Amino acid sequence: MLQETTTSRLKPAIALEGISKSFPGVRALSEVSLSLYPGSVTALIGENGAGKSTLVKILTGIYQPDAGVIRVDGEETHFPTAQSAAYAGVTAIHQETVLFDELSVAENIFLGHAPRNRFGLIDWKKLNGDARELLRRVGAEIDPTIRLRDLGIANKHMVAIARALSIDASVVIMDEPTAALSHKEIHELYELIDRLKADGKAILFISHKFDEIFRIADRYTVFRDGGMVGEGLIADVTQDQLVKMMVGRDVGQVFPKVDVAIGEPVLTVSGYRHPTEFEDINFELRRGEILGFYGLIGAGRSEFMQSLIGITRPSAGAVKLDGEVLVIRSPAEAIEAGIVYVPEERGRQGAIIGLPIFQNVTLPSLHRTSRSGFLKLANEFALAREYTQRLDLRAASLDQDVGTLSGGNQQKVVIAKWLATQPKVIILDEPTKGIDIGSKAAVHAFMSELAGQGLSVIMVSSEIPEITGMADRVIVMREGRIVGRFERSELSAEKLVRAAAGISEAA
Amino acid sequence: MAKILKNREILLVVAIAALLMAITLRFPGFVAPANLARVYNDTSILIILALGQMAVILTRCIDLSMAANLALCGMVAAMINAAFPGVPIPLVILAVVVLGALLGSINGLLVWKLDIPPIVVTLGTLTIYRGTIFLLSNGAWINAHQMSDAFKALPRAPLAGLPVLSWLSVLAIAAVYLLMTRTPVGRAFFAVGGNPHAAVYTGIDVGRTRFLAYCLSGALAGLSGYLWVSRYAVAYVDIAAGFELDIIAACVIGGISIAGGIGSVPGAVLGSLFLGVIKNALPVVNISPFAQLAISGTVIIIAVAVNARAEKRKGRVILKKAEAV
Amino acid sequence: MAERTLSPRVIPDRLQSRGNRLLKSWESLLLVVAVLIFTINSFASPYFLDPWNLSDATFNFTEKAMIAFAMALVIIAGEIDLSVASIIALSSTAMGLAVSFGFDTPVLIAVGLGTGLVCGMINGLLITGLGLPSIVVTIGTMSLFRGLSFIILGDKAFTGYPASFAYFGQGYVWWVFSFEFVLFALFAAIYSVLLHKTNFGRAVYAIGNNQTAALFSGVRVGRVKFILFLLTGLMAGIASICLTSRLGSTRPSIALGVELEVVTMVVLGGVSILGGSGTIPGVVLAAFIMGMVTFGFGLLNVPGIVMSIFIGVLLISVIALPILWARARRRVAH
Repeated sequence: MLQETTTSRLKPAIALEGISKSFPGVRALSEVSLSLYPGSVTALIGENGAGKSTLVKILTGIYQPDAGVIRVDGEETHFPTAQSAAYAGVTAIHQETVLFDELSVAENIFLGHAPRNRFGLIDWKKLNGDARELLRRVGAEIDPTIRLRDLGIANKHMVAIARALSIDASVVIMDEPTAALSHKEIHELYELIDRLKADGKAILFISHKFDEIFRIADRYTVFRDGGMVGEGLIADVTQDQLVKMMVGRDVGQVFPKVDVAIGEPVLTVSGYRHPTEFEDINFELRRGEILGFYGLIGAGRSEFMQSLIGITRPSAGAVKLDGEVLVIRSPAEAIEAGIVYVPEERGRQGAIIGLPIFQNVTLPSLHRTSRSGFLKLANEFALAREYTQRLDLRAASLDQDVGTLSGGNQQKVVIAKWLATQPKVIILDEPTKGIDIGSKAAVHAFMSELAGQGLSVIMVSSEIPEITGMADRVIVMREGRIVGRFERSELSAEKLVRAAAGISEAA
Repeated sequence: MAKILKNREILLVVAIAALLMAITLRFPGFVAPANLARVYNDTSILIILALGQMAVILTRCIDLSMAANLALCGMVAAMINAAFPGVPIPLVILAVVVLGALLGSINGLLVWKLDIPPIVVTLGTLTIYRGTIFLLSNGAWINAHQMSDAFKALPRAPLAGLPVLSWLSVLAIAAVYLLMTRTPVGRAFFAVGGNPHAAVYTGIDVGRTRFLAYCLSGALAGLSGYLWVSRYAVAYVDIAAGFELDIIAACVIGGISIAGGIGSVPGAVLGSLFLGVIKNALPVVNISPFAQLAISGTVIIIAVAVNARAEKRKGRVILKKAEAV
Repeated sequence: MAERTLSPRVIPDRLQSRGNRLLKSWESLLLVVAVLIFTINSFASPYFLDPWNLSDATFNFTEKAMIAFAMALVIIAGEIDLSVASIIALSSTAMGLAVSFGFDTPVLIAVGLGTGLVCGMINGLLITGLGLPSIVVTIGTMSLFRGLSFIILGDKAFTGYPASFAYFGQGYVWWVFSFEFVLFALFAAIYSVLLHKTNFGRAVYAIGNNQTAALFSGVRVGRVKFILFLLTGLMAGIASICLTSRLGSTRPSIALGVELEVVTMVVLGGVSILGGSGTIPGVVLAAFIMGMVTFGFGLLNVPGIVMSIFIGVLLISVIALPILWARARRRVAH
């Protein structure tokens, strides 16, 4: 960590005072204040729905606050448009680095403020030259003339950061920048943040991961339910204190793992391979077992799981369920066979926003609730109620659009949907990614309960505490192959990281 | 080789060349420079319109009202000329370009300010604009004898070997090319279509950009309205009926993705030329002109299939050895 | 937000009764519009309320509405089929060909339906098999199908349909109820049940709201979409039989531009052009509204093209007005 500069004596680069913002029916922010100091990283912490994204949108001119003042270098200002926020030197780097795949790298960096020649036309030569220079400054070896779609995620991040530098931003907002990065890429990002700090940028860092907050932040601000509940220096606070502020109660990192008698093999996968994504996947899953799949992002775990349920076709391999050979060509067939997959991307692959809760839950089980193809609403409500209540869903009614729920409650609906099919094997892909701590605990407790009832669980997770806390056995994947297998008794965070990163024990 | 095949424009040039060669086997005179110039001239209006449609499609919208806009502007141009033959032609052109832009801006405003899906808006304005022609003209035709000679002569007037009509389309291509590649607005068209969400964060007003695209398509439709009416020397309610689909077809063939964000000026021009060559070649190679519709339909389907292959995202390559291949 | 009203354990099925929801729905708005137009029409023209006149009036929407039912499902599933009018033309041409070879009515019906199904199958294969965007594919097949009619017919026309064939477009089942109207009512019922009461209908909504999640949830997305395009093809074939029978002749330009009227009807009926929502009763009401407007204007001797202005304005304003109204209300609330 860089030396904590004496920020308290510095003037903030940007300060929000008494900011409030309401939407129809919701008070998203009420009288929050936030100051960002030059050369300092401030972590913004809060559960989902605490108002973090609303704040970012106000800082970048997407939303206008209902009340409150924004001061840039002490001067009161307004950001009526995103453009005006950019002019004031505020820039944001977003989840999944939202940029333009079809435009060139250089253009992605300079879109909206491209250099012009004396006729007012875009000067491509200068544009590419300046881009090359900026990319060199962030330490990225990228040709500015290639199209962005040809870059990997980490390099796209570099482009996003180069863009931040190009508008000579004084305030850089990073909204969960590491969410999609691998271990190595995260470390490169940390180095870059250190460099931005040294350049005197004020950085707002939004993250759910406490290890990285303690690694790079100097200050913290905690939001809860749209209000600010604490701020100060990271050096003066412990992880537990932050968690307590976030949730307003004590939440120990205790995993509700229950020891279950593990039974006979249920699912056997052998010789599974795909031309470009994975190969030589062999393993057994037993009754009542929670099998963890650990690895870095992009290790091929989700790709393998999706192939198992018939989204993509493997080139070879055999699957046996309860001793019988299965050929699965579509998720419909997987569900019929009793294998279900709770996908990682809740919004895109899991919940069907626009349909009510009960219709989401019953969608894969309609053949059970209906009679000869005709819907029976009473059966649907009964089934939906049974499973949503088991997961302790918080909702006003089962007829409510699933899109009106918080992320955590949406995830409960999604899990209920697949459980209602009464599967033999459930695959949970990053089941607690991006949901609040309360919902996380509920999902973990439920996972234990399921295993106790004899269900076999595969849990794909990139969070080490979750893996070590919940799994009976762990398989580690790297670059599309299985590179490690660990029993619960021999699990350690270090072993997992080494296996996933390909560092040998000796080294 | 693979790289060349990926480049849609080069693929199209090859396709057009192959087409020309095939025609030459049956009718060598087709590739004579004079005839090619004639084909280009005949395709000029389609090119101008396709440029406007391209801008709109790039922003993830669509303009089904272009042909109706053209017809309305053409009728207004003819009526101005019939009522006041003394008004100089450039002034008439200016008037209809402004009128076209205004009609386009109505589409743009509805899309921008009310967030109505573009296909619904332009479906609505398509019928409204056509109906308005009827209200203006009472269903009457304006024929050649009611138009002044200057009005009819301008597109045909030769200038350095080519008719003015051809030159106007060249001018439009150059202007739109400059707009698309060298101005912030032009780049915003790509950004808005490629990733509207991200565009907002880069300070681009998505709605306003779409509005401007509609104004452009409207203005070009207005210009085409005059050109169409003066070239064919007649104006009535149904001129260019159904032409909106030819315009979209030209764009699709030119590799402009209906999903927005992908496309180019050369693509739009080549797509139009491809259709133009087919249309002009059918009579000379003794294929019934009635086959034109079926052929362009087939070409659209082939083009969209080819484009879809090119746009298809590569799956993630995770295995090291697969990466090496 | 809903989570404000925390319910400890028991979550109710519904907060709003179904009746209450119906009252606030798009369909009830349409019903009001329909009643208004009906009232205005009956005052504007003394001929409007005559049963036979009203019966005649149904012909200007029944054929389009039959296609609109299938189109509604396609649009709810997030796709579109712009080739329906061309399928009408090709079906009609095929029937005309069959007549010229001397076939009688039963064969004509088979040819008409078969052509529609084959066209729908071609669309379905291109869209679900090759994964191409439906708007472009059906713009292509729209040219292709009508183009084939032009190749077959050129500037000629098929006539000479057998007398027994006339029933489908000109016959009456009982009193003023024409065969077409009865068919329309029958399909309205069938499609209502299909969309609102079956697993298939639920799958259509799921696909329209989130295709990927629907696939992950075990919905056979490709199969459902293929069936939808098959259905629009079939309905276009049926409409073609009715229209050809009614006109008694086939020209390649038959039903030109009908696809836009069908889409307008569907959208007016409250189906979101972006997919995911809409109902068949809404489409039925929209069909009546469009039919009555056309008929009312016809009685007042307003030319057809002016009616189309009205339909265009109606299309935009029924979508724009609720948006403006919601905005105005929000402003008042502030």
